Amino acid sequence: MDISVTVNGRDEHHDVEPRTLLVQYLREACELTGTKVGCDTSSCGACTVLVDGESVKSCTMLAAQADGRSVTTIEGLAPGAELHAVQQAFREHHGLQCGFCTAGMVMAAVSLLDEIPDPTEAEVRLGLEGNLCRCTGYHNIVKAVLAAAGSK
Amino acid sequence: MIPAPFDYVRAGSADEVVAALGEHGDEAKVIAGGMSLLPLMKLRLATPTVLVDAGRLDDLSYVRDAGDHIAIGALTRHRDLETSQLLGEACGVLRGVAAEVGDNQVRHRGTLGGSVAHGDPASDLPAVLLALDATFVVQGPSGRRELAAAAFFEGFLETALAPDELLTEVRVPKTGPDAWAYQKFNRRAQDWAIVGALAVQVAGATRVALVNMGTTPLRASGVETALAEGAAPKAAAAHAAEGTEAPADLNASSEYREHLARVLVQRAIEGAHV
Repeated sequence: MDISVTVNGRDEHHDVEPRTLLVQYLREACELTGTKVGCDTSSCGACTVLVDGESVKSCTMLAAQADGRSVTTIEGLAPGAELHAVQQAFREHHGLQCGFCTAGMVMAAVSLLDEIPDPTEAEVRLGLEGNLCRCTGYHNIVKAVLAAAGSK
Repeated sequence: MIPAPFDYVRAGSADEVVAALGEHGDEAKVIAGGMSLLPLMKLRLATPTVLVDAGRLDDLSYVRDAGDHIAIGALTRHRDLETSQLLGEACGVLRGVAAEVGDNQVRHRGTLGGSVAHGDPASDLPAVLLALDATFVVQGPSGRRELAAAAFFEGFLETALAPDELLTEVRVPKTGPDAWAYQKFNRRAQDWAIVGALAVQVAGATRVALVNMGTTPLRASGVETALAEGAAPKAAAAHAAEGTEAPADLNASSEYREHLARVLVQRAIEGAHV
């Protein structure tokens, strides 16, 4: 089937199998490999992207369901060489160790701050419940998200 | 993990969904947000040959004051429930428990109708609707019919929906903002309930429902009767596991689930009476 998706502001048109997952579509058809496949069971959140501005787990969405929608991946978060405020805060607060969860963490945090611009620490922790970090780096991730909220 | 191949039909209306289901029979499945169905399809536990996408039926996404009840479109997402001011004032229990489903990403996609039609006894919202004696409006080839929640959940992932019917609306009574409590026991914040217990006051009586204590969501009728006869929360909660068939799995044995049900029901009753 033919689908058209606006990915990071660019119009993408592809012929895909109906069973193509959004994450597969982004990584293989659009060649955007910043979005990771972690658990592949909608638990870990590594595959989190924004669809029409809201965080979703792209391993548990069909590319066909994104037809006509706007998708933002980690590659599209900052328009130029400057980092997005959340990316910058992750860097400054050492909000990552191995980095595998980071793209998903950042996208989930961007969506969270869009919904709750000035969250409490508890709201950040709850808001990121769908993202797992196996390096146990939550403390600095939470610090980073709070710092990003304060920097806006 | 990739689902088995299927044909994809995007429906533009409820009529189109029903027509597609009628054409393809029980080989077809309706998908809304896909938060329950897609994981099963990826594991090949569900292998529909036709997927009918109802996800674009925006006219079935609403929360409306319908006078003596609140009417909610089946395509209303959990996110829309947890942020609905109307629902918060008129039926706070449904809004509050919607915020406990999965995580933000799941709530951005998952729908009330999808959760109900999937019929998973470990889901949070079906138990709420059972406790509220909600009414489900379903559309089929010969028109619409209404089903009581008590008659809807028939078994594990089995409901009273015919293969060619679509759930279109859920109706709940106005219970006010407060007087409810939900106790969800799980190991990780985003997980399904190992056991969940809900208590909510409706028209002066306390209703109690259980999550993941059998093949369907259950009413703890022994607890409700004891409360109606004036029993204290702890004494009433002692009846919580009566008539249940708690599953045993990696997370918990049946006996442990029965223990959890008694503990969580007591906490829920106490929370609903504040």
